[in-house]
Amino acid sequence: MSTVTLASRHRRSALRTLAFMSPWLIGFAVFFAYPLVSTVYFSFMHYDGFKPPTWSGGKNWAYVFEHYPLFWPALRNTLWLVLVMVTLRVVFGLGIGLLITKIKTGTGVFRTLFYLPYLAPPVAATMAFAFLLNPGTGPVNSILEKAGIPAPGWFNDPAWSKPALTLLALWGIGDLMVIFMAALLDVPAEQYEAAELDGASVWQRFRYVTLPNISPIVMFAVVTGVIQTMQYYTQPLIAGKVASGVIQGAGTQFEPGYPDKSTLTLPQLVYNLGFQRFDYGSACVVALVLFALSMGFTGLLMRRRGGLVQAGD
Amino acid sequence: MTQVLDKPVELRAPVSPAERTARRRALLEWIAVHSLGVAAALFFTLPFVFVFLTSLMSDSQALSRDLIPHTWEWGNYKSVLRTPGFLTWWKNTLIYAGLGTVLTVASSIPVAYALAKFRFRGRNLSLMLVISMMMLPPQVVIIPMYLFWAKQLDLSGTLWPLIIPMAFGDAFSIFLLRQFLMTIPNEYLDAAKVDGCGDLRTLLKVVLPMARPGIAAVALFQFFYAWNDYFGPQIYASENPGAWTLSYGLESFKGAHHTDWNLTMAATVLVMAPVILVFFFAQRAFVEGVTLTGVKG
Repeated sequence: MSTVTLASRHRRSALRTLAFMSPWLIGFAVFFAYPLVSTVYFSFMHYDGFKPPTWSGGKNWAYVFEHYPLFWPALRNTLWLVLVMVTLRVVFGLGIGLLITKIKTGTGVFRTLFYLPYLAPPVAATMAFAFLLNPGTGPVNSILEKAGIPAPGWFNDPAWSKPALTLLALWGIGDLMVIFMAALLDVPAEQYEAAELDGASVWQRFRYVTLPNISPIVMFAVVTGVIQTMQYYTQPLIAGKVASGVIQGAGTQFEPGYPDKSTLTLPQLVYNLGFQRFDYGSACVVALVLFALSMGFTGLLMRRRGGLVQAGD
Repeated sequence: MTQVLDKPVELRAPVSPAERTARRRALLEWIAVHSLGVAAALFFTLPFVFVFLTSLMSDSQALSRDLIPHTWEWGNYKSVLRTPGFLTWWKNTLIYAGLGTVLTVASSIPVAYALAKFRFRGRNLSLMLVISMMMLPPQVVIIPMYLFWAKQLDLSGTLWPLIIPMAFGDAFSIFLLRQFLMTIPNEYLDAAKVDGCGDLRTLLKVVLPMARPGIAAVALFQFFYAWNDYFGPQIYASENPGAWTLSYGLESFKGAHHTDWNLTMAATVLVMAPVILVFFFAQRAFVEGVTLTGVKG
């Protein structure tokens, strides 16, 4: 017992690490690495789920990029959402974060009210918004028309469906508010005092003190926002379904992206190709496009040193 | 009369014009900030209010443009609860969310602990892989996963393909817990070691009690993830209404009652309410969790 060699201690500590890490190691291999390799494999196969898969070379790839009518609209929508929805979410989230740090009376009540929508289940929240923004009988348009403002068609108008989704995303800003609030409260007070002594205006203090201090968090919000947009699935799907009045299980085939492909996102294509058209091979092509885009942005997120996510200790 | 009123004013120290403008500016700022706050509060709460009011309207009124119910139809909630399937969806959601949460927490804790406190080769790589998995859309691997569960294990039409993987760690939970465990000083672990605690004993007796807020945050996030999940049940459970969850069922509910906004909104309230109720009991864990995942570790 007294002669515990260095080698055996090393072995023990390696075994210990392995034991503690094992749930994730198994999970990573079985539920991530293996299916990811299979996705690559299936992307080169013709497979409908019944007949055994057969080699099809680049046919699925050519089909998705050249002939699948939904791919480019979905990619364009994703770019729109990245540019407009992510930008507005970060700006609005920062605004609400600033506002909550300035509120001195009833802070807890305000913070809770601002945070609650973030918790609303996406399906429920989307259905609520589909109702609220319903052009015929929805309360929002009733109020707009009473005020003499021309009321848009929201989820029923291709030009307004993405702005309507953006509105829904701004409503659920609670997570960003909390993150920005924590960052804003961390800005050293001395820097504000020094700036004030130098006669800096409110805007100058924001521009030269607040922004530089919170810029890693802003960057974090942008990159995670972009990654979330790559996964954006439930809200656009439910909004399109409810607005089009499709009845589930009644034999009506739902036109993806209603109205006029305007709410299509890339994840919806995986479902459409794989589980509605039983073209598993082409679905895997879209899945790999999604993988490449998400990994690109994740790499960006982790490359930034000294902020965001710190790997070391 | 005027003299009496003037007296106390004379006693006060004279207010310099500069101080008076400063005070006035502070008051104006208070008013501006709080009016903005009220406006924002309306934006965030009015949707809930309108949904709730509509849930209490009669069928015909829900199709009108009125905002306030003429008669308060509390019976709408009874009709929703009596809808075939609704209670089954609740049960399934509780099983998925409850079992999934327990499995996730139990399997993620040791991994997070190793990533936070053990020194080993490949630790940074592992952490990066965990973060990458966290950022990955579930659709990327869904085709092979579906084929695996449905064709090889014949488990489609159940929620097991969603629950079983949770016994093997969840990337987001591992990351959040790791961020939390990093904040526990190493001195506590060293002290436990000096007292003769093995790794497992240290984790169970020293670290876990200190990590309770972090574990609460992970459990809540995981519970709500399952509660809110639509994609998973759509892939695996859609063919069997007996396995539907609330999120999936709610959408089909709208399909079956597609003109009855009042009933649909009552169902929506019934799906939202538990989440909001739980939040009021566990506010701190939530806010802490969001902060931990958003701010540098």
